[in-house]
Amino acid sequence: MELFGVAVSLLGTFAGFGLLVGLLFGFFGMGGSFLVTPALLVMGYETDVAVASGLAFVFGTSVIATLKHRDLGQVDYKLGLSMIVGTTAGIEVGKIGLHWLQRIGLANAVVNVSYVGLLGGIGAFVTYRALGDGGGGFGPDEDADAPGDRELPPVAQKIQSYQVPPMLELRGGVVVSLWMVLFVAFATGLLSGFLGVGGGFIRMPALFYLVGVPVPVAVGTDLFEIVFSGGIGSFLYALDGAVDLTIVVPLLSGSALGARLGAAATSVVEEDDIQVYFGVMLLLGAVAVAIRQIGSVVDAPVLDTVALVVIVGAALLVSGAIVVSSVRELRTDERTDATRTAD
Amino acid sequence: MLGVESAAATQAGVVIGAVLVEALLLYVGYGALERVAGPWLTRRLEGR
Repeated sequence: MELFGVAVSLLGTFAGFGLLVGLLFGFFGMGGSFLVTPALLVMGYETDVAVASGLAFVFGTSVIATLKHRDLGQVDYKLGLSMIVGTTAGIEVGKIGLHWLQRIGLANAVVNVSYVGLLGGIGAFVTYRALGDGGGGFGPDEDADAPGDRELPPVAQKIQSYQVPPMLELRGGVVVSLWMVLFVAFATGLLSGFLGVGGGFIRMPALFYLVGVPVPVAVGTDLFEIVFSGGIGSFLYALDGAVDLTIVVPLLSGSALGARLGAAATSVVEEDDIQVYFGVMLLLGAVAVAIRQIGSVVDAPVLDTVALVVIVGAALLVSGAIVVSSVRELRTDERTDATRTAD
Repeated sequence: MLGVESAAATQAGVVIGAVLVEALLLYVGYGALERVAGPWLTRRLEGR
């Protein structure tokens, strides 16, 4: 049976996969093209169609996830717009570095090793911080605008100590120099342009560990930035006619629900748990990317499929953990409320 | 030459516009669903 010339079973598969990706994307502010593009490549789509459709899907999902985070008061527009300026400049400089490496014939090796190293390094650091010392997290149920007595990561404390005007007052009671925000944005954009990736996995932890905004605000603001980068990127690919709407439309129908659920879960799940899940996702992502790179070096296409199985397995594992964690927190809150009422 | 580029830009705009419209419709649609079924689902998840 077909609908608009596409098998209904394929549409259902895309919608289900979109639900999974949307959940992770709404929860972490990253992972869209990370999951979708390799899956489309393994399914036999041409590279330009897989990349372009993945990017258009990321654009649509980021719009939905950003709107949901906005409803929860977790998007800082001042920070987001400043980040866009710094990131754009950084990407341009990163691309110059990439072109230079291409000229001397080292681009593939350096980019692949850097990508795996960065994914694994950030994943290990985030997991270690969250598990090791209580995470420096801000605790559950924190109001995004209320600074409270939260503990800032050390680098964020240092960055916030530079009082170079103009100063930006951000959500979470954070006051930081615009120049510091632009510097962090430039650095993350530099890496993003150099590696040729979206960069959500770099920006989200950078906003938390370097700028010092709460994790839910880091996720919401990162998604706000992805609306622009995803929109411009997919438009440029669409100029060549590479965006396939029969892929994007069903994926988006599933991810729209997933992104709402993922975004809502950030206000329920404890911050330390969010960081652990994020770290595990990146670590397994690094393993998957490493397997794929080895596959391309030794010319073994079967390793592409192994890499996809690892990354989809990781996505299923982490999204399952998010759902279980959210339900557990909801039940704990309910029991606490019931005890207070009884008292 | 310019006409070809302009046609490609228009077509790209239509494709990205379609993705944006779908995203907004889904956001509104699922939002309505959340308002209707959300409280019931939350109560079920809380074990009430």
